[in-house]
Amino acid sequence: MTLFRIIIKRLLFLLMVIWIASSIVFFIPRLSSKNPVRQKFDDLARTGGFSPSDLAVIVAAWNHKFGLDKPVWQQYLDYMNSLLHFDLGVSFYKYPRTVSQLIMDALPWTISLLLVTTVLAFVLGNLLGAVAAWPRSPGWLRNFATPFVLLQGVPPVLMGMLLLFFIAFRLRLLPNGGNYSPGTIPAWNMTFALDLFKHQILPALALILGSVGGWVLSMRGMGVTIQGEDYVNFAEHKGLGGGAIFQDYYLRNAMLPQVTGLSLALGTVVTNGIVVENLFGLPGIGYVLAQAISNNDFLVIYGIVLFITIAIAVLMVGVELMYPLLDPRIRLT
Amino acid sequence: MTTIALPQTEEAWRQPSQLTLVLRYMRRNKSLAVGLLIILALTLFTVIGLMTVNHKDAYPLSAPSHKAPSAAYPFGTDYFGTNLLAAMVVGLWQTALIGVLAGAIGTVIGVVLGFISAYFGGWLDAGIKGICQILTPIPAFLIQVIIAGSIDKRDVTIYTMAFVVVLLAWMGPTLVIRSQVLSMKERQFVSVAKLSGVGDLGIIFQEIMPNLLPFLAAAFVTQVFAAVFAAFYLAVLGLGPLREPLMGNIVWSAMTQSAFFNGWWWWPLEPAVALVLILGSLAMVNMGLDELANPRVRRTE
Repeated sequence: MTLFRIIIKRLLFLLMVIWIASSIVFFIPRLSSKNPVRQKFDDLARTGGFSPSDLAVIVAAWNHKFGLDKPVWQQYLDYMNSLLHFDLGVSFYKYPRTVSQLIMDALPWTISLLLVTTVLAFVLGNLLGAVAAWPRSPGWLRNFATPFVLLQGVPPVLMGMLLLFFIAFRLRLLPNGGNYSPGTIPAWNMTFALDLFKHQILPALALILGSVGGWVLSMRGMGVTIQGEDYVNFAEHKGLGGGAIFQDYYLRNAMLPQVTGLSLALGTVVTNGIVVENLFGLPGIGYVLAQAISNNDFLVIYGIVLFITIAIAVLMVGVELMYPLLDPRIRLT
Repeated sequence: MTTIALPQTEEAWRQPSQLTLVLRYMRRNKSLAVGLLIILALTLFTVIGLMTVNHKDAYPLSAPSHKAPSAAYPFGTDYFGTNLLAAMVVGLWQTALIGVLAGAIGTVIGVVLGFISAYFGGWLDAGIKGICQILTPIPAFLIQVIIAGSIDKRDVTIYTMAFVVVLLAWMGPTLVIRSQVLSMKERQFVSVAKLSGVGDLGIIFQEIMPNLLPFLAAAFVTQVFAAVFAAFYLAVLGLGPLREPLMGNIVWSAMTQSAFFNGWWWWPLEPAVALVLILGSLAMVNMGLDELANPRVRRTE
């Protein structure tokens, strides 16, 4: 019964977040004096081919087409209604492709990159942090974590630039961008898979090196705290081996706040992903977003921002609902 | 009866001066010391640079284009004919301005809201906490993209940039300060002050605030870090004040001109290294302050 109530509460919270986020995305552009339609046609007019009187008519027609001539409250209701149908509008720049289509095409690249790098960074960082704080681990292993902690301040995109310069351009070991070599045809064979994999190494390395330090640091802090706890002391006096204490008493308890940390870090993960994808020219969501920004393709920008926000909120609540699996104390109450 | 003269203890052992104590603490807290040293070096570079370099050289068409670092142009020049030494000096100054401005405003808002929320409690607390909790899952960077994208590109200045960054950056400090004040409120010295008739403001400023100083410093450094980071990311996506030589703008224009591909490696690498130094030193200072504020992670060596 209580578990049921927790779930209902979290789902209500989720709805609240989605509603607020979509309202922000709706109202901020309308508060500014900038009219995307005008902007678009002003840009076109600069390249020629319009007379000023035609321009006014065209802008009015497009305003009508996108419902921008209606009162704001009605636009808001229309907008919320179309969101309920997963309709994010169409791209100005790649008309008539819809925003949802653009997102769906880009999504696999982003998900595969971010999933792999986040999981690897989380596991690696937590193990290194736990070992660094564990008094019985050998000295060299404890110091092994220090360089990663120092890397914590380096944003993944800068790490990516340094990797790009030294490994791709100077040493020419790995390709310098894109999702596969130009000229290769996507196919289900080993050579293409290898090519694809080679192109993912540098962006993945940039993301992992840029985020592992944070996990090392917080895990080390947790580890130091837990060593002083009575139950660890008790386990030692019971005569349990070091491995058992490390795994069941120390790691297990230190992990709980780290999982919360993971759900809080999702926003940063996506932010870093956007910029790194863009640096390496991987055709993921971040790349589509950056292109939309440089082309003033507003509906795509709003659609992607909204999509990512909702995805993160859903994932966060998902992680929280996983909590009872990890922590028996929550399961029982 | 004879009296035995006591040895003059004050002579033999004197309390070391404040400076020595600080330096001794620094030796133990290495990350704080190294971080502060790097920040000092960057500040010196910027201040000396601002005094010696012609500010106009930081903008295009002031030098021959894409020259590698040499005696005349120690940092080289970019494709648009900008003297990169001047650009780095002005860019560092602007980055610092955005960071400190946004950091300070964010921290002040956080402190005020956190205090109000924790000290007065009730529906105020519930409201502030609720708003913070709902806004936290929304990635601030993406909303900043929307705001920066909605502003006319010609209107974007260093100050609008700081404003955009700070708009969504006060929730963190609010929640941190709130939780600290909540725990501080229950301590005995606050009850004693209350019983002896000190007013709300007196308790806040004389009793609680001094004890919060390490946390305030840590919150401020975190905010500066976040502001520099956010401003850099916005500029890297081309949403910054395009005319200014902000670090992110230099990287953005270098990337759009395929600088690595054309062999102009110094152009994007210089702002990248500068930013690594800024963010790295801030992270180290933050770690050091954490150690100062939280005895649990304090090292025993």
